[in-house]
Amino acid sequence: MDARRAPRAVIDPIVRKVGFFTPPDPIPFEFSPSANSLSPVMIPPPRHSSENHDINSRPSVTSPSGDETIAVSGSCNSILSELFPAPMLPAQSPKIGNGDGGGIVASSFPRGGFDLTVVKASGGVPVCKLTTVSVVNADSFAIDEREKPNKGGGSTMEGKDQAMNSKQKKDKSSKAERRALQEAQRAAKAAAKAEGNKASGTATSVNVKSAKAVKAPQKVDNTSVGASEKKGGDRPSEKDRKKDVPHPRMQYDDKSRVEKAKRRAVVNQTEARNRVELFRHLPQYEHGSQLPDLEAKFFQLDPVHPSVYKVGLQYLSGDISGGNARCIAMLQAFQDAIRDYTVPSEKTLVRDLTAKISSYVSFLIECRPLSISMGNAIRFLKSQIAKLPLTLSESESKSSLQSDIENFIYEKIILADKAIVEHAVTKIRDGDVLLTYGSSSAVEMILLHAYELGKQFRVVVVDSRPRLRGKLLLRRLVEKGLSCTYTHINAVSYIMQEVTRVFLGASSVLSNGTVYSGVGTACVAMVAHSFHVPVIVCCEAFKFHERVQLDSICSNELGDPDAISKVSGREDVNDLDAWANTENLQLLNLIYDATPSDYVSMIVTDYGMIPPTSVPVVVRKYSREQVWI
Amino acid sequence: MESEAPTMENNPKISAYYQTRLAHFGVVSTEWLAQAQSATNPLPSSSTDSDTDKDTNFSVIDEFNRWRSHPDLAEAVAAIRALAAVISSSKASTMMQLEIELKNASDTLKAWDTTSISLTAASDLFMRYVTRTSALEFEEFNSAKSRLIERADKFGEISYKARKIIAMLSQDFIFDGCTILVHGFSRVVFEVLKLAAHNKKRFRVFCTEGRPDRTGLRLSHELAKLDVPVKLVIDSAVAYTMDEVDMVIVGADGVVESGGIINMMGTYQIALVAKSMNKPVYVAAESYKFARHYLLDQKDLVPAIRPVDFGVPIPLKVDVECSARDYTPPQYLTLLFTDLGVLTPSVVSDELIQLYL
Repeated sequence: MDARRAPRAVIDPIVRKVGFFTPPDPIPFEFSPSANSLSPVMIPPPRHSSENHDINSRPSVTSPSGDETIAVSGSCNSILSELFPAPMLPAQSPKIGNGDGGGIVASSFPRGGFDLTVVKASGGVPVCKLTTVSVVNADSFAIDEREKPNKGGGSTMEGKDQAMNSKQKKDKSSKAERRALQEAQRAAKAAAKAEGNKASGTATSVNVKSAKAVKAPQKVDNTSVGASEKKGGDRPSEKDRKKDVPHPRMQYDDKSRVEKAKRRAVVNQTEARNRVELFRHLPQYEHGSQLPDLEAKFFQLDPVHPSVYKVGLQYLSGDISGGNARCIAMLQAFQDAIRDYTVPSEKTLVRDLTAKISSYVSFLIECRPLSISMGNAIRFLKSQIAKLPLTLSESESKSSLQSDIENFIYEKIILADKAIVEHAVTKIRDGDVLLTYGSSSAVEMILLHAYELGKQFRVVVVDSRPRLRGKLLLRRLVEKGLSCTYTHINAVSYIMQEVTRVFLGASSVLSNGTVYSGVGTACVAMVAHSFHVPVIVCCEAFKFHERVQLDSICSNELGDPDAISKVSGREDVNDLDAWANTENLQLLNLIYDATPSDYVSMIVTDYGMIPPTSVPVVVRKYSREQVWI
Repeated sequence: MESEAPTMENNPKISAYYQTRLAHFGVVSTEWLAQAQSATNPLPSSSTDSDTDKDTNFSVIDEFNRWRSHPDLAEAVAAIRALAAVISSSKASTMMQLEIELKNASDTLKAWDTTSISLTAASDLFMRYVTRTSALEFEEFNSAKSRLIERADKFGEISYKARKIIAMLSQDFIFDGCTILVHGFSRVVFEVLKLAAHNKKRFRVFCTEGRPDRTGLRLSHELAKLDVPVKLVIDSAVAYTMDEVDMVIVGADGVVESGGIINMMGTYQIALVAKSMNKPVYVAAESYKFARHYLLDQKDLVPAIRPVDFGVPIPLKVDVECSARDYTPPQYLTLLFTDLGVLTPSVVSDELIQLYL
């Protein structure tokens, strides 16, 4: 056994501490390596800090032990064992919530394709005990590790690692030891670029995420299991060593992965301090330094096309926000990039262009994590590239792709919005009081169109800090002459009594009818439901995703915590200025949340008005349609 | 009746659908009948208006009325048969022309009675079938035409058989010793109960009166003829008797995309009471009644006006709620018995998407 392994606490699985606790000292645990190498499930790498934190509360398998076993197991190749110990998460991984490990496994399951590759690659590394989280973690972690050097496994790990500096320093001792081993390994695998997902080091409910993350990197193409996986189409062809395509769903708990990604990263991100344990699987960076940094680098933008760079900067600074706007900006930047693209000699257009697009995407992810709709759009683009007949000349291919993008934007976004508006205005009657939350482009169009049709209604705009996007919507509505009421989300239960309909926008709608939208949407929908007010969600069909999500934790985006501590216009409210220095204070700024389908009465899409239970039917039809395109 | 007169003036157009139902099933007072007949008078004029446009329009409404007068025929089937008659009497020579004629005829039918969901749904269904088959342009026009007519006839047969299929499917749900609550007179539900009685099942039926149509009286009469123990309850006694009831079976005028149903006034009430007491609510409806409306609440419904006879004169200043039907949201329904099988309410939208998209 590797002495470096952090001893793992054996915690009674029934008693689990979730989220915000520092784990007790882990107790070493032996884990049998003969776990099934046949498990096709990708288990998230064990998340345990290098020295001591027990990643998973499950006694049976803890990642470190898992690691060890894997390292030790004969079937593992030496590389594996070397790689293995690496990324233990620095942070106190909340050992707790590992229960999800099993869940994660389950969620990773659909990735059949690359599971096989992984298994193959791992050559018998015990992938997992599906039963225990820790095992899962360990295995996945191992696999990740393995994958990286393994290249052959064909999984390009894409991870954007932003080094989590501060946190990484925490697990010093064992890490250092491991580092030594790793360095040797790395030298050997210089070319290997797969960034693994950061194994979700911290045991927490994040496991689900990690599972996904692990899977994703495994996949050659990383078709995202999770949201916004752009790597769509060509899995096996994507083994491109040169292009590191960071896995979009990389878990950020794994320090080594983070470091790897960071090395590859264009944007220098510094890890945020004082992170919330429950969300350690999501990236979070200091927000001050990125923009000036990138701007300075503008003229060294060799790997990245200038339009893409520009869009990335706009995302970073928040100039472009909102699902449709981001998606359109990104696609138009890709159009420019394709226009200026030339195939290098000795390469095929399809593969090279796909790799290039993937690298752009990873750059954009570094600036700001992708939304689900953007993921779908990227998947579409990649499938179009893959479908290009080989007989086409380069310029024909390029123009065909450009027109495909043009059609996509026109049909799936612009025309879809028109169809949505037509359907939805039939639900607005004279005398209605309509409530909307935040700022959704679809809802705005509906309200304006209904007003133009002469319907008599008034609007209540509910807003929330820190983004206060409702103010922009309010301004635009009032300019056109609608009568509006503006309130903060604190008052939603008060104002709901007079409301007759609620219109909400969505970033995405998942397969089980869950609406994934800006944080606060779930709250508004639930209050509306309890007042028996129908909730109408307006979402274009291209934003639907076949994934299923049960809570808002496993997949989300973290925003700038400083935005919470400061109130614009109120300089005197400065009690939280020193929050970063306080050990037991963490600020959490979530961007998205998930609304269960029970609270949604109807979803308006370009296919018409459907109940939330029919979303899988539309997803199926939609994906079939894509095939025919 | 004095009360009727102002309502007639305010709502000159009583839903024809309810007129028919009344004619077939209701206990009709002579005064009301007189009103109804005067109400039906505007109809010929509307059809004569369109008469000037096309000959076929006149025959559509006529045909429709003719078919509708059969008591056993569902309104949707009557509509389809009328449209089939349009095809056979059409002088068009290309598919496009035929389609246009059919579209006009179907629009006329729909306009004639805007409140009937199944009429709209069936016409839409048939039009959809026509447009789909007309995509086969290469086919010779006459054979295409005859195929359409054949399909329309088959549709009539299917919908007639639909009731039998539904009756068969629902037999499993009726067990010996059960008590069933029914509301109003639905021919499909009657078919279900008839088959159950025929299969010698022992059950008893609570039949709501179904004001203002009082169609429950007619149903109880029919059930008594079958030797099924029947108890008549007034509409307000539903909650009172719900304890003894094992299940509620209702028909539907239309099934909407959310999975909810539109049915005679009072269905929503019964469903609410049943749900709160954990009694299952089953809906027996043919699949052609699936319509592409999506209702969010009662007011989204196009009201079908049905004058209410209170038996005493109502003062002029008093307003009367005359809507003849209500919408029951899907969360109060347990299962739908249709000719496509036994479905949950959420499947309705799936079927509609597959059909129409």
